[in-house]
Amino acid sequence: MPRWLAHLLVVALFAALVALAFARVNYAWNWPAVWAYREKFLLGWLTTIAMSLAALVVSSLIGILASLCLQSRRPLLEAVGRVYVELIRGTPLLVQLLIGFYVIANAVGLENRYVVGVLVLSLFSGAYMAEIFRGGLAAIPTTQRDAARAIGLTPWQSLRFVILPQAIRLVLPPVAGQLVSLIKDSSLLSVIAISEFTLSAQEVNAFTYSTLECYLPLAAGYLLLTLPLSALARWLERRFHYES
Amino acid sequence: MNLVVTDLTQRFAGTTVLDRLSLATGDIRALVLVGPSGGGKTTLLRILAGLDLPVAGRVAFAGRELPRDEAGLQAYRKTVGTVFQAYNLFPHLSALDNLLLPLVQVHKLSPVEARERVREPLERFGLAAHAHKRPAELSGGQKQRIAILRALVVRPACLFLDEPTSALDPEMAAEVLDMIQELKLQGTRFVLVTHEMQFARRAADEVAFVGDGRVLAHGSAAEMFTNCPQPRVRAFFQRILP
Repeated sequence: MPRWLAHLLVVALFAALVALAFARVNYAWNWPAVWAYREKFLLGWLTTIAMSLAALVVSSLIGILASLCLQSRRPLLEAVGRVYVELIRGTPLLVQLLIGFYVIANAVGLENRYVVGVLVLSLFSGAYMAEIFRGGLAAIPTTQRDAARAIGLTPWQSLRFVILPQAIRLVLPPVAGQLVSLIKDSSLLSVIAISEFTLSAQEVNAFTYSTLECYLPLAAGYLLLTLPLSALARWLERRFHYES
Repeated sequence: MNLVVTDLTQRFAGTTVLDRLSLATGDIRALVLVGPSGGGKTTLLRILAGLDLPVAGRVAFAGRELPRDEAGLQAYRKTVGTVFQAYNLFPHLSALDNLLLPLVQVHKLSPVEARERVREPLERFGLAAHAHKRPAELSGGQKQRIAILRALVVRPACLFLDEPTSALDPEMAAEVLDMIQELKLQGTRFVLVTHEMQFARRAADEVAFVGDGRVLAHGSAAEMFTNCPQPRVRAFFQRILP
């Protein structure tokens, strides 16, 4: 059986099961009520994209810095990196958002909730990025550094022409995967009242009492973003796969 | 090359790998280092190539001492070439770009000059047709010959080769050895670590037997292979020479 047919078959089977479940609960659909709020959905969806992309850029920078800390020979820098990564990865994003917004941002007088949202999301994602980058650099064999030194490259040239081009190819697929997580995690920004996709759906639900008509498009809207990204991650993985 | 090594000592994590090793060659073109695995050949070669600093001792080429700091060694490494057992080509670059990288970035040739410089050697060694392939698409023998060219096109004063044929099957090893032989005939100076005794006999001006971190015997190829006075060295050759 070709792969595409297998995928289609599984999707069709799953859709049939879901349709059957809906048919049995006799749900009274009210799509027109929700359709009236389509612009609100679109705006929330675009906000989610914008917040996720901004967080991807900032978290990449944070991740690079933190991965340098993790590999530092200075105990204090290594400790900063390790404590940051473990603290962030070990606690819920929900708690980080609430403390970040109501305590830390308040204390330093940062009022723009969109800026705070991007910063907290970036700090959260940066901890995962740090481990991705650290792993990417560690995967380049030391013989490559040896060869770079042997032909007379300076440490900086060795990083630029030998190590980074190989490390970037290695980390691109997991970074694309991290963006998928980031997009879904951004739904929690609703708890600090950022009008992203999830909050839009919640609000429309509050106006119309049409829960499923709000949340089904929500799921579809996220899939519309995450499925192509997953495909991109897999493509990158194949594209940059070569023997070393 | 007039290589003079005096009391060279190297330790890794408390283990002494080179133990006050001393060696003085004549003004030769090819020195071959032979001896048992773990005896210190590769460690010696890495110090000669400026890749590692010894904990003690001195090395001088043609009367000039090797620098003792990383900055000095980096300048020194630009003047020599090193070839590794596992080729160590850059897998993300084509064979051609592997050759161009040191010429353009280290030796500051323009890309046009660099291409001009590598064209003739690529053709002479039958590699021109493979120049645009990535290392993963090349055979082991092709990879090692590209690695040798990468070390060679910068016109080094001396070439250091660390068991360049150990990872290759006999046919590919022969390709690489033929190339080294041809380079020798053209006047390239080199220090070679190898287990290919037939080749060592043919190519070496002098042979040094390295074992237990010291030079246990040293002399012309003829002296060393036919009647070395050292019983241990004689036994080594008798075991591995057909």
